[in-house]
Amino acid sequence: MIKTKYKKILVLGSGALKIGEAGEFDYSGSQAIKALREEKIKVILVNPNIATFQTSKDLADEVYFLPVNEYFVEKVIKKERPDGVCLSFGGQTALNCGLALDKKGVFKKYNVEILGSPVSSIELTEDRQMFAEHLKSIDIPVPPSGTAVNLKQAQQIAKVIGYPLMVRAAFALGGQKSGVAQNDEDLKEIVEGALAISPQVLIEKYLHHFKEIEYEVVRDKFGNIITVCNMENFDPLGIHTGDSIVIAPSQTLNNEEYHALRQASIKIVESLKIVGECNVQYALNPKSKNGEVDYFVIEVNARLSRSSALASKATGYPLAYVAAKLALGASLLEIENKITRVTKSFFEPALDYVVIKMPRWDLEKFQGASEKIGSAMKSVGEVMAIGRNFEEALQKAVRMQSGSIESITDNGFHDRVEIKKFLHTPTPKRLFAIASNLMKGMSVEEIHKITGIDLWFLYRLENIVSLEKKLNKNKNLNKEVLLNLKQSGFSDKKIGQICGESEFAIRNLRKGLGIKPYVFNIDTLAGEVPAQTNYLYLTYHGSHHDVLPLGKNATIVLGSGPYHIGSSVEFDWSCVYAAMALKKHKKESIIINCNPETVSTDYDMSDRLYFENISFETIADIFEFENAYGLIISVGGQRPNNLSQKLSREGFHILGTDASNINRAEDRNLFSALLDKLNIDQPAWTSFTNIKEAKKFTDSYGFPVLVRPSYVLSGSAMKVCYSPSELNTFVNKAAVLSPLHPVTISKYIENAKELEFDAVAQKGELMIYGISEHVENAGVHSGDATIVYPTQRVYASTESQLREISKKITKELSVTGPINIQFLVKDNKPYVIEVNLRASRTFPLLSKAMDRNFPEIVVDSFFGKAKKNVFKYPKSVVVKSSQFSFSRLLGADPILHVEMSSTGEVACFGRDYDEALLKSILSTNSYNFDRRGVLLSLGGTLNKVKFLEAAKMLVNLGYKIYATDTTAKFLEEKKVNCIPIRKAYEKSPNVLNIIEEKKVSFVVNLSKSPSEIISDGEKDKMAHYIGDGFKIRRSSVDNQIPLFTDLHLARAFIKALLHYKVSDLEIKSYKEYLQD
Amino acid sequence: MPNKKTRKKENVKMAKLVLKDGTEYVGKSFGKDTSMSGEVVFATGMVGYTEAITDPSFAGQILVFTFPLIGNYGVPKKEDWESKKIQVSGLIVSTYNDTPSHHSSVMSLGNWLKEQNIPALEIKDTRELTQKLRMKGVMLGKITCDNKKIEFRNPDLENLVAQVSTKNIEIYSNDIENKKQKIIVLIDCGAKQNIVRRLVARGLRVVVVPWDTDVTKLDFPFSGVVISNGPGNPMKVGKTISNVKKIMAKKIPILGICLGNQILALASGGKTYKLKFGHRSQNQPCVISGTKKGYLTTQNHGFAVGKIPNGFKEWFYNANDKTNEGIIHKSLPFMSVQFHPESSPGPLDTDWIFDYFLKKIK
Repeated sequence: MIKTKYKKILVLGSGALKIGEAGEFDYSGSQAIKALREEKIKVILVNPNIATFQTSKDLADEVYFLPVNEYFVEKVIKKERPDGVCLSFGGQTALNCGLALDKKGVFKKYNVEILGSPVSSIELTEDRQMFAEHLKSIDIPVPPSGTAVNLKQAQQIAKVIGYPLMVRAAFALGGQKSGVAQNDEDLKEIVEGALAISPQVLIEKYLHHFKEIEYEVVRDKFGNIITVCNMENFDPLGIHTGDSIVIAPSQTLNNEEYHALRQASIKIVESLKIVGECNVQYALNPKSKNGEVDYFVIEVNARLSRSSALASKATGYPLAYVAAKLALGASLLEIENKITRVTKSFFEPALDYVVIKMPRWDLEKFQGASEKIGSAMKSVGEVMAIGRNFEEALQKAVRMQSGSIESITDNGFHDRVEIKKFLHTPTPKRLFAIASNLMKGMSVEEIHKITGIDLWFLYRLENIVSLEKKLNKNKNLNKEVLLNLKQSGFSDKKIGQICGESEFAIRNLRKGLGIKPYVFNIDTLAGEVPAQTNYLYLTYHGSHHDVLPLGKNATIVLGSGPYHIGSSVEFDWSCVYAAMALKKHKKESIIINCNPETVSTDYDMSDRLYFENISFETIADIFEFENAYGLIISVGGQRPNNLSQKLSREGFHILGTDASNINRAEDRNLFSALLDKLNIDQPAWTSFTNIKEAKKFTDSYGFPVLVRPSYVLSGSAMKVCYSPSELNTFVNKAAVLSPLHPVTISKYIENAKELEFDAVAQKGELMIYGISEHVENAGVHSGDATIVYPTQRVYASTESQLREISKKITKELSVTGPINIQFLVKDNKPYVIEVNLRASRTFPLLSKAMDRNFPEIVVDSFFGKAKKNVFKYPKSVVVKSSQFSFSRLLGADPILHVEMSSTGEVACFGRDYDEALLKSILSTNSYNFDRRGVLLSLGGTLNKVKFLEAAKMLVNLGYKIYATDTTAKFLEEKKVNCIPIRKAYEKSPNVLNIIEEKKVSFVVNLSKSPSEIISDGEKDKMAHYIGDGFKIRRSSVDNQIPLFTDLHLARAFIKALLHYKVSDLEIKSYKEYLQD
Repeated sequence: MPNKKTRKKENVKMAKLVLKDGTEYVGKSFGKDTSMSGEVVFATGMVGYTEAITDPSFAGQILVFTFPLIGNYGVPKKEDWESKKIQVSGLIVSTYNDTPSHHSSVMSLGNWLKEQNIPALEIKDTRELTQKLRMKGVMLGKITCDNKKIEFRNPDLENLVAQVSTKNIEIYSNDIENKKQKIIVLIDCGAKQNIVRRLVARGLRVVVVPWDTDVTKLDFPFSGVVISNGPGNPMKVGKTISNVKKIMAKKIPILGICLGNQILALASGGKTYKLKFGHRSQNQPCVISGTKKGYLTTQNHGFAVGKIPNGFKEWFYNANDKTNEGIIHKSLPFMSVQFHPESSPGPLDTDWIFDYFLKKIK
């Protein structure tokens, strides 16, 4: 126990996952809460992210699902009266909120002490100019720079320093709105963008092709300082570290450079009197200057960050846990090393492996988004791979990242032009472009000249490429060749592809030759002390295992892999609870996952953790080594679920629903036959391999149709088509159409409701279920939809039909474990659109709303121990809202469609639907209700008519309505007061000026439905409608003004505003909602 | 920068590491194809292989790097080494990189080892080897090439210091004409060059003398004595120990480093003992006794001070295993540290030790 005076501590979370702030803060917050509670301190958490582990009932003492902003946090402080607050575990969101509260004197007023680093230091690091001055005063070099609050000042600074220049917005997440300016024109564009979101821009010398290096530093209040880890970016300076391939420890620095930068880090951290964690980013000249190490400090973050989560997983050093103890006043000398348990936390981990982090992007999911990566982060997740050499780790990382690519030499480049383009322009494809160019014979020196990537890395890539070339020439796989390939990270599948063999043939050959991976552990001290750790990885650079197999008691839980659009922290939550539930059944848990931003990969969540890929080869190797009892594939989302057929065919024991039944739910034809057999309705559909068959379908069922190719070239994986020409274009341009790759087409039912049925079954019988309702109509992806539980606008008779249908399906598929069914309801008639025999995205939401832990019940069902739940009608309402990151993705159209585009979610409780909805929406966006204006741009007559009542409410609420042409005309006709404004393509002042001048508190932009455009005979105007709406939407997100593009959600929000003022919203904890 | 031709793989030659307990590890040879024996030890630092293998404290030892990728940044020019040659008897790594990339590199590690006649092996499972050395303690071993029969060699039985120490007196200064510079005598028991560099950087003139020099008989005035690091068993340097007694009698300020710590302890009546597997890493936490203030240090020693001599107190202790990391005299200007304040390789945290010592100098 640590001596501390604190009794109750407030921890601020980071809210919804967004680009720049992902699951890493669930990891850091959860560790911090555990560390505080070990000291018998009461912990209060404010975080509306319902899918996180940290907001579970048994972690913090009280959880508030409320927006992390000044208003709500002050209310919580007033109610809970904590004596301390932690600001550094919830990313920039928590930090900004805390700094604002401090400025307003709220902490002082309520006698709340800020734990950890002094606020003055944090403020210093956040103000770029003041911080640069500070660093200069302690002889730490910073790039020549200046700050500007307007374009003119920026131009003057540019004149002094000279181009190229790096321009950044102050106080912004993950390098938002920053960029490299090569000339006056670039400068103007970037500065204007940055000033839209920040009062200040920093302009500095752009350090062309400098290396980017980062140090994670920890200091206690006694002045003991360590650097836990250093990391080197594969890409030179200019690519945001969140978008860079990163290797730990650094590989191209010699002792002098490594320690010069380490010493500078220590000097900076000491000067700031940091207590806890801090990271320092450097630009390092690859050449020396007059024999000295030539470097500049680029950035300092005085809080836990994405990099610290990575450093923590890369080294095994639990940074967030230690930082929380330090915040209480502990010394590094007294905190136990949780990994070795024999040493203390005052040491620097020695690695005997290398770690590679690779970002995961989903840019193709965003129409119009630029592929180029640079100083503003665009990735949505990341993977981490561990190996004993660079090649082994890199090729693992490539496979982890996508789940479908086997090697750096797998790339879909069409021609030489593309190969060249992707080498010169940094995009997510650059690594593959380098491999392609090496394959074509370009020299590493030439690639180095173009990309600035250190030769050392390029030599390693060249090694991989030349091994592949050699194998192509001589396909004789003897033991030596095969072992060498495995040690260089080649997968069985890749070797098979080169040699014209199946993955299984190579696997058998390999095992026959005795080539198997060895299990090593991560012990923080490179084997120097005898540490019993459960943190493991596989390598072919070995001849012994560090651990013995667990044997028949071991059950493997497959994680979800990298966060990406459609798979986020909610699956990690399910994994963690499934793993923990195994204990109850006297099983030992083994988690396999490769995502460093997760709680599931924490050292104390399972009996064993393999930081490895979710692929057949890896899982099979681990299963066979452990001689395990079984596999849980149904809690980690679609990625592990996709492996069900392969794993079961090879005889691995999968817990729960039989793989053949999983197949019946996944295979379109089998599933359709099943529904027909059970007399369950589904939207009409067919699959076609030529456009004629498609025409036949549309001839009999008409448009619109939903089209889903089984193989997509680029862009959307599905699309709603309203006309034959649209169908033709989509199929010809985006899809591969062949007998091997059929395209599915189904009738798109317009204006239907969508409902989600989530349940756990045991031997075909439902044990527990919950039905939730989408606020938006069908057509918005369920991952983007606003969801309410319990249902609000659904007839009891509909719900009863849903229940009966679900029972039938569950029974027919003999489900044991999770099941999720998606329904469309039109005119009180339900249609089944999809069944997933895995935990769905809504699992944590329903578990928390119903106070029943679904993953635990899933595990119970595997052992036949699940009990039927007695349904209790909830006393409160929960609404889930989606978080979008459009503002981070230049050029992307912020509109919702059948493909998912949100990056995260929040959910809030309320006494009724309106209250829960309002809290929830306020949690995903920052509203300024002092601006008593609203912009309405309603496309089509239907939208206008349907919105009329809401518009009247706005007037009653005292809002000034700004409306674009036809909307204004309509409102005037209906006697609703409004200010007409010109459209975006018309001359200024127009609608865009209203947005840029921030005259409104939110924007409603409803697009005319394509069906309506067609029936109005305005098809030729389609592009025009789209273009104008795009400008309004884009301008709204670029200017940080909340945007509604869905009629139902906008109406629900306005209605809620009419019923509740913000000051009316209850400040109640999760437990209070459950008790009421 | 190596070009295509030089990078072309030569014929791979296999060689063996044989341990005293009979264990054999076969690996690719990337140094000189020769046989050599010594004591097998491991070091866990992640950078600084050139500094480590030129550190004379490693004389007589076959060094295993636990960090698996070695050779990445090549080899710098001679002035940047820690002594005039590679000191280890042999080198064991997991993966050797023959394609270095660094502005300071003048040749590859492999070529350097060949040039200096040092054998080196790439065995994959250096972790298993490390675990063995950790469990059983450091062990004698030999690298054998072409199945050549050579004997095991126990460096503890030799006076390694005599082998690595300078034979002549050497003078270092950054201002050789300046006669006013204070002089520090460095007793070279196998000194790392960075001790000299750190002292010279402070405007001192450093006179390096052989290990068995009776410093009190030197015919020039000097302000203090530094007893350097060095290889092997401190009991083997009786001559140095008795000379240090003479210096102490004259109350001349003394700073001992590593082996120097052990020599100072023995000269004042303390005791030393051999550690099971020693400290050879760059992340050893040392705490100033009686405080909560710690530093990370580089260490490279197999022996440690046991009994603290009379008149002295413990100055530093190791936060991990609580072994002694330095002693300081209660009233006289005698002090020593078990770690390497001069670093190279490793953290620069304890460079202040030199300043502390220099304050004691008149």
